[in-house]
Amino acid sequence: MSHSANEDEHYPDDPEKARHQPTYTKGTQSEPTGEPSLASMTQEPHREQPTADDDSVSSLGGDAHTPNVLDPDAPAVLTVENLRMYFPVKSSGVIRRRIGDVQAVDGVSFEVPQGGSLGLVGESGCGKSTTGRLITRLYDPTSGSIHFGDQDLATLSSREMKPLRREVQMIFQDPYSSLNPRHTVGKIVGTPLAVHKVVPKNKIIPRVQELLEVVGLNPEHYNRYPNEFSGGQRQRIGIARALALQPKVMVADEPVSALDVSIQAQVINLLQDIQREFDVAFLFIAHDLAVVRHFCPEVAVMYLGKIVEIGDRDSIYSGSRHPYTQALLSAVPDVKQATVGGRRERIRLEGDVPSPINPPSGCRFRTRCPIAQEICAKHEPPLLQIGKRHKVACHFPGRLGQHPTEPLTSRLLGVDDQGNPDPGGSPSAELNDKPGYDDTWFDLDSRTFGRA
Amino acid sequence: MTTTANAPASSSTSGNEPYLVVDDLTVKFPTADGLVHAVSNLSYSVELGKTLGIVGESGSGKSVSSMAVLGLHDTRSARITGSIKVGGQEVVGLSEGKMREMRGNKAAMIFQDALAALHPFFRVGAQLAEAYLVHHPDASKKQARARAVEMLDRVGIPEPHSRVDDYPHQFSGGMRQRVMIAMGLINDPSLLIADEPTTALDVTVQAQILDLLQDLQREFNSAIVMITHDLGVIAEMADDVMVMYSGRAVEYGTVRTIMTKPEMPYTWGLLSSIPDVSSDVNTKMVPIPGTPPSLLTPPPGCAFEPRCTHRDKVAGGLCGTALPELRPASDGHGHLKRCHLTDADSIFQTEVLPDVAPATSEEN
Amino acid sequence: MFGFVVRRLLSSLLVILLASFAVFALFYLGPNNPAQPVCDSAGGSRCTPERLEAIEKSMGLDKPVVVAYGTFMKGIVAGREVTIGAATYDCDAPCLGIAYGSRGEVTEELKGRIVPTILIAVGGSIVYLVIGVTVGIMAAARRGSLGDRLLVSGSLIVSSIPYYLICLLAWLYLTLKTDIFPETGYFPITEDPLKTFSGLLLPCLVLGIASSPVYARYTRGQMVETLGDDYIRTARAKGLGGRTVLLKHGLRAAMVPIVTIFGLDFGILLAGTVFTEKIFGIDGIGRWGLDAISAPQDLPVLTATVLVGAIFIVISNLIVDLVYGALDPRVRLG
Repeated sequence: MSHSANEDEHYPDDPEKARHQPTYTKGTQSEPTGEPSLASMTQEPHREQPTADDDSVSSLGGDAHTPNVLDPDAPAVLTVENLRMYFPVKSSGVIRRRIGDVQAVDGVSFEVPQGGSLGLVGESGCGKSTTGRLITRLYDPTSGSIHFGDQDLATLSSREMKPLRREVQMIFQDPYSSLNPRHTVGKIVGTPLAVHKVVPKNKIIPRVQELLEVVGLNPEHYNRYPNEFSGGQRQRIGIARALALQPKVMVADEPVSALDVSIQAQVINLLQDIQREFDVAFLFIAHDLAVVRHFCPEVAVMYLGKIVEIGDRDSIYSGSRHPYTQALLSAVPDVKQATVGGRRERIRLEGDVPSPINPPSGCRFRTRCPIAQEICAKHEPPLLQIGKRHKVACHFPGRLGQHPTEPLTSRLLGVDDQGNPDPGGSPSAELNDKPGYDDTWFDLDSRTFGRA
Repeated sequence: MTTTANAPASSSTSGNEPYLVVDDLTVKFPTADGLVHAVSNLSYSVELGKTLGIVGESGSGKSVSSMAVLGLHDTRSARITGSIKVGGQEVVGLSEGKMREMRGNKAAMIFQDALAALHPFFRVGAQLAEAYLVHHPDASKKQARARAVEMLDRVGIPEPHSRVDDYPHQFSGGMRQRVMIAMGLINDPSLLIADEPTTALDVTVQAQILDLLQDLQREFNSAIVMITHDLGVIAEMADDVMVMYSGRAVEYGTVRTIMTKPEMPYTWGLLSSIPDVSSDVNTKMVPIPGTPPSLLTPPPGCAFEPRCTHRDKVAGGLCGTALPELRPASDGHGHLKRCHLTDADSIFQTEVLPDVAPATSEEN
Repeated sequence: MFGFVVRRLLSSLLVILLASFAVFALFYLGPNNPAQPVCDSAGGSRCTPERLEAIEKSMGLDKPVVVAYGTFMKGIVAGREVTIGAATYDCDAPCLGIAYGSRGEVTEELKGRIVPTILIAVGGSIVYLVIGVTVGIMAAARRGSLGDRLLVSGSLIVSSIPYYLICLLAWLYLTLKTDIFPETGYFPITEDPLKTFSGLLLPCLVLGIASSPVYARYTRGQMVETLGDDYIRTARAKGLGGRTVLLKHGLRAAMVPIVTIFGLDFGILLAGTVFTEKIFGIDGIGRWGLDAISAPQDLPVLTATVLVGAIFIVISNLIVDLVYGALDPRVRLG
């Protein structure tokens, strides 16, 4: 499908414009069936019918897109608190005792705002994918809570979970193995509709066709098989399937990393359009820091099962205070380097990520950290709020090259600078590991709690 | 401009004879559906000590052309014409025996997914020693093992004496790619072809591997062909860049020229469809619409024409009917482009750059 | 490793017990009354209901199936006395009972029959492994060629002929009509090993040749898949010779699934090669079991053959798992 260059861009801040945007209606929504229509999920009471010459399908994901912006007032749709996932490790003797745990996710808290996006980044093995799977309850969490509305997804039985599966959907990385090759696209996209009895049987195919249109595929192709589509188109099928149940939250686990570069942008833009159209919140898991920066106004950086830094886009990408985030960002190859030539100086992290079975004591990053000191081995740094929307878990938080030489956290933890118990000190009551942000925070310059 | 030193294919300026010269290479595969035109009329050259980056998507022919350099295509199913000279020796049509002498010796290749590319059942040391022994038949097994340990040490694997007896799956992803590099370099090849060597790796590990490759290149003065889809990697690693699309070179030039003054809409598309961690936050992401064409029936005109948003700027629908030649671009200096657009540079400055780098374009 | 073997042996024991109990119970509770033939044949007089009941009682057939099975299992461990009709037999441990038909100790009869079955299984599988794997490798190396296509279609033809027909034809033409294999059958290996060999040569060849197409096709498929793997490309990129790439790097990887299938097949073969034994007149486990099914049913023999079969299959499964771990260093048995 070709795209004309003069099509309107999307203006996320202009609801009038957005209302003229693509639509998936082919008259079905006006039928007096009372069934939920795709349109009903948007907050807008009215939706104009597309004009005949509106090439709505192709404009979805088609043209230039600016990064998503943060809505600081959006309420949280998903609140994850102290989430843990330990996979048991068994001994090899005759009787298989549990001899340890893979601490894949160890005490993670965050919020996903309604209609917003939180990015989860980190290296392989940091627990970001496991976190995504916990939220969709593909795994049962060891402990912690996942609040969605007034329910805690972490404690629901699979029967209680079933109606909620509509609300939280997942988009997978590999568009080749996540679609059943023996099912037609119509069946793949239509099965969730049938399972959850969202629409009557005879309405499934029209609805599938609408969905295919929404994701920019030809609706006539509903009876084709996945192998007849390219990688990018298959990912669109996966997105249509996830969208079928009109979820409030989508967990996108590396949704574009298997795609060619020119196709990645199409899919990212499509996800942006879907988010703006349908007010879907995204937990966006990716290792590509640039893609996350574009898609997510808020980002959490994970290392070895824990969040080491979380904040809005600027805090992470231009104001990072954690040495790991700084190392990650500095490792990304830079196109603009071509104008200078050669490779820029970067923070080199030595060695590999340690095993999550026996993570280092104290701060888990300390074994590879260029600024680690004694206290790091003794105490885990608290995830301390240091800005309006910025939290960091480091004893020596600071800009690159300006990390303090004395731990800022010792007083808060009630210990001395080497991490030994301080008879006069006691842990601060201001420390908490709750999701979201407080109105007061620890100011790195004055080293006190207060308002900005 | 400082592009003259690395002018592609015109080695006269540097005085060095290029080590790898590919001339008018065409690779076709007959299949049940018809003839796949994987690579068409491809020409490039690489000097010792230099790195050529080849950028393209899957199906662009970037891997197929490089496999042809090592003669890795099945001779029964691939139709290869043109010329490939490695160190002055013609490779196309070379007998399998002579080809084998060259592979892994004068020219070596490292692959993307080291876990799949290393044999899962043999110890790392045995695989390295085997690569050494096949080109050093007089060496003893002891010598080959010593050489394997030496190479593992050189690529930065800790405790090489004990790790030489480990299996590939016992290494981490980054360490495995180091093993792969050690195996590629064990016979001191003058030409190293790296096919997406860091694609499967995390960024911090990717940075380590890229550092290593650059160190090794400095040490061995080898010519490197770096195949990747990541323009960032190209920007930091390559001297020259060739952009491939649908089996053909569509743009060729020094890395600086290609990244700052590209004149082919596909290159523009690649640049503007990739976000960047350090660019202006308001940089737009402009995807290339559509999908790459089938290699079975190449279109008569420019292969990029169906996806090109600038085709209307060429009079008479020429893009759809006539294949553009790979011709010098407006700034010369060995910058080649395959495009009918005549005022490409100004289109880039006025229409593309504002999307790619709003801040930069304001300064201009 | 040790823990794995112990756990597997324990679960194997359970499988063997369940299988033998299932068979024991099915026939014990089945419509055929083992006491009937005993009653019919004993003493020439007519079989009265009272007599039948007495015989049933003496044979322990009036007891519940679990008790009867317990008695049977106890005999294996400690030996027991077995009463059939008027006669009482002293059956030493390991006692698998007394065959109703021959009135011999099942354990002893088993010992005599297990040897030919093992010999046929070993001989036959050597033949089909050698032919099948070799042909499969050659076809994979030249895939798409005329020879490859001939193999694929040829093997289809061979495998579409019923196995008993191949046996029968071989016996008819090679033993009866011509004198190519004049003395087919089992001759005890303790007496004349050479004669044993010549007697079993034809059955082994027939078994092997008839099964080899399956292995050829399987090997070909595995090899074709392996040769498309990345590490084969790496091996070629190193400059290794074609034969080294094919046999060292390719076959080494393709062997793992072949060995797996072979191990399972071999276990089944050891449990009795019914057609081969029957048609070539060899007194092996398969034929013994087959005869025991045909009326009058011989419950102790049946149970014994099932027990032996289950043991062989379970053991060969275990060996396959161990070999798998040895062949593939990625598999850590723990």
